[in-house]
Amino acid sequence: MSVDIIATPRSTALLARANPLAKLGAGMALTVVLLVSVDWVSATVALVLECILLPLAGLSLRMLLTRGWPILLASLVGGYGTALLAPKTGELLLALGPVTFSTGSLEAGVAIALRGLAIALPGIIVLASTDPTDLADALAQKLRLPHRFVLGALAAMRLVGLLVAEWQTLGMARRARGVGGASGLFSRLKAQLGQAMALLVQAVRRASRLAVTMEAKGFGTGERTWARESTFSHIDIAVVATGLVIAGVSVSAAVVLGTWNPVF
Amino acid sequence: MAIVQNRGAPVQVSVRGWGWQHSGRNNQALHGLDLEISPGERVLLLGPSGAGKSTLLHALAGVLGDDEDANEMGELLIDGRPVHESRGRTGLMQQDPDAQVVLSRIGDDVAFGAENLAVPREEIWRRVPAALESVGLNLPLDHSSSALSGGQKQRLGLAGILAMRPGLLLLDEPTANLDPAGVVEVRDAVRRSLDETGATLVVVEHRVSVWLEVVDRIVVLAPAALGEPGGVLFDGPPATVLAQSRDLLAKAGIWVPGHVPEVRARITNPSDAGRPLLLEAEGLAVSRTKGRKRRPVVPAAVVPSVQVRAGHALSVTGLNGSGKSTLALTLAGLLAPVSGHLAALEPLARGAGPEPLKWRGRDLISRIGTVFQEPEHQFVAGTVRDELLFAPRLLGRGEDTVDELLVRLRLEHLADANPFTLSGGEKRRLSVATVLAASPQLLVLDEPTFGQDANTWAELASLLTELLDAGTAVVSVTHDAAFSAVLGGDRLVLGAPADLTGAQAATKVARR
Repeated sequence: MSVDIIATPRSTALLARANPLAKLGAGMALTVVLLVSVDWVSATVALVLECILLPLAGLSLRMLLTRGWPILLASLVGGYGTALLAPKTGELLLALGPVTFSTGSLEAGVAIALRGLAIALPGIIVLASTDPTDLADALAQKLRLPHRFVLGALAAMRLVGLLVAEWQTLGMARRARGVGGASGLFSRLKAQLGQAMALLVQAVRRASRLAVTMEAKGFGTGERTWARESTFSHIDIAVVATGLVIAGVSVSAAVVLGTWNPVF
Repeated sequence: MAIVQNRGAPVQVSVRGWGWQHSGRNNQALHGLDLEISPGERVLLLGPSGAGKSTLLHALAGVLGDDEDANEMGELLIDGRPVHESRGRTGLMQQDPDAQVVLSRIGDDVAFGAENLAVPREEIWRRVPAALESVGLNLPLDHSSSALSGGQKQRLGLAGILAMRPGLLLLDEPTANLDPAGVVEVRDAVRRSLDETGATLVVVEHRVSVWLEVVDRIVVLAPAALGEPGGVLFDGPPATVLAQSRDLLAKAGIWVPGHVPEVRARITNPSDAGRPLLLEAEGLAVSRTKGRKRRPVVPAAVVPSVQVRAGHALSVTGLNGSGKSTLALTLAGLLAPVSGHLAALEPLARGAGPEPLKWRGRDLISRIGTVFQEPEHQFVAGTVRDELLFAPRLLGRGEDTVDELLVRLRLEHLADANPFTLSGGEKRRLSVATVLAASPQLLVLDEPTFGQDANTWAELASLLTELLDAGTAVVSVTHDAAFSAVLGGDRLVLGAPADLTGAQAATKVARR
């Protein structure tokens, strides 16, 4: 009855077949370019092109909204704050005491909000289309990161899913002892802390048993082979190229339209 | 590469004057142990708790660790070589099914051990389906390993071990956390794979009957007590050893075939219907997850009617996943019902209202006490005594009942110990005692006898018959037919899991 948060069925989307490192590389290229400039044109172009790619990651706009609404909210808040605080250039649009917006400050706010979304979206696309096991394979085989570390982290992530169910059980088990029934903020906080400690104890105990299992299976000593080979294919070339093209097109559009606004 | 060629051949084990002392403890778990196990032998290792059976198994698996404070003596040889030079020759299986699985897809998980032994990729993928076939797990290789039952997880762990082609299987109470169906399925998988590979087997288990038809030798270990050296007490073919050591094993709490521990019988008539009704439910649907308006949950079980009376026992049985525990937790006021009617009547509620779920913690524990399957989940204090004092303090009662409970459940010598350091049986006794310290009128127990030795089992059953005679109601979720027979009362059988059959779970109440 564990809740599995990482082992969702393997996605059949095209991007799921790409090597995780290629996806990370494309995302990074795009992020760097978008970080360089604060302007609404490059951010909008990148955002639109990214949205076109969503189906390739097996995502729909609807799924994106249900999963990624905190990011949308954060971008809007960031944009609002910028519009409020940016230098008031251009025509004054609204003045209610200290709350003033001008065309210039509004433009800066819109650019910040769009940029935030355009930077976050590649991350969501990579996460949604990447299986953690594939990522671990790529990190250890292609980037040559230490396999002890990579596979240890992967095994630990699997335990996180078990902790969700464990937290629910602990809550009931402790209520059955009379813990946490008291009202008042302090006693509730105390009960929650106690439950968190109990969860930690259970997590450590289970992790040490899992470590014994892994050690008994010969993990961590000497050379190992890989049952799943992490490979690069023509899809990966296309993925990296797409990332570079989106970055290039957004910069060119901003330069052509004269909104290119490097931060340094 | 002599080691590689050797792989898969049955292993010879030599234990010579071996001893191990845990850091920070005065008494040695094992001392001066001598034991020879020939290749292909199948050995059942028995002994009272504290005899060092698990320690020996972990040592043979090479996972006792580099504990610098621990003290090791003598020799432990696998095919004449020290254990640390015999990587991949042994495979260890532990109790906890969730600690058995490393990766999230079953094919990858089976491959994990072979990868670590640097087996070539093509060879790994030849071994993986074969290993899954041996343990009878006929599922796709990309099936999620979290979606398996306890018995399936243990078999998955075994498949991973088999893919390493070890010459020695070490099983540390592999079925202690499983229901009867899971026990048989794991035992049969082990037997089948032994028949195929001819590997040597050492299994630790206190239910002798489970492994009796598989093993050809029983070794009984004694703990190294004060002045006693410990070591091998009996050794030989199963029939001989059982005949020699029957009384001693039964006394040590080991489940010897044909021996039923003595239990205090009930005095009052279990079917006396004159007792007050405490809790009743009609058309109760239960689930662990809360439904939303748009997506209502599929209930884990639907029960037409449940009545709980003072002094009555109700045993809830049924297959794995039929929602037994969920029903018990709902009756105990810990989960909200999905639909239907559940009410605590006045003799139980005593002014706290008809819905146990809404009672405050203090009101709940003095009315309904729940004992969870895993005792550790319910520990809230640093010592055994504080654990027992917790409820009386919360209720503002005197503390004199605590000493009585300590003695009654043989925990008085452990009063200052940390609950987490107790043995399995002691933890079970403590978890029951902590709940009884609040003297609830209704006791709900989830698989109280899972993995328990015969002594703890008998104590628990005797205690419950005593409580029942004194008027406490007992609802227990259990697969243990002998246990529910001792308690008497009604039996509620839950049907197949609703999410598997698509139909609502069928239920019936049988009166015995």
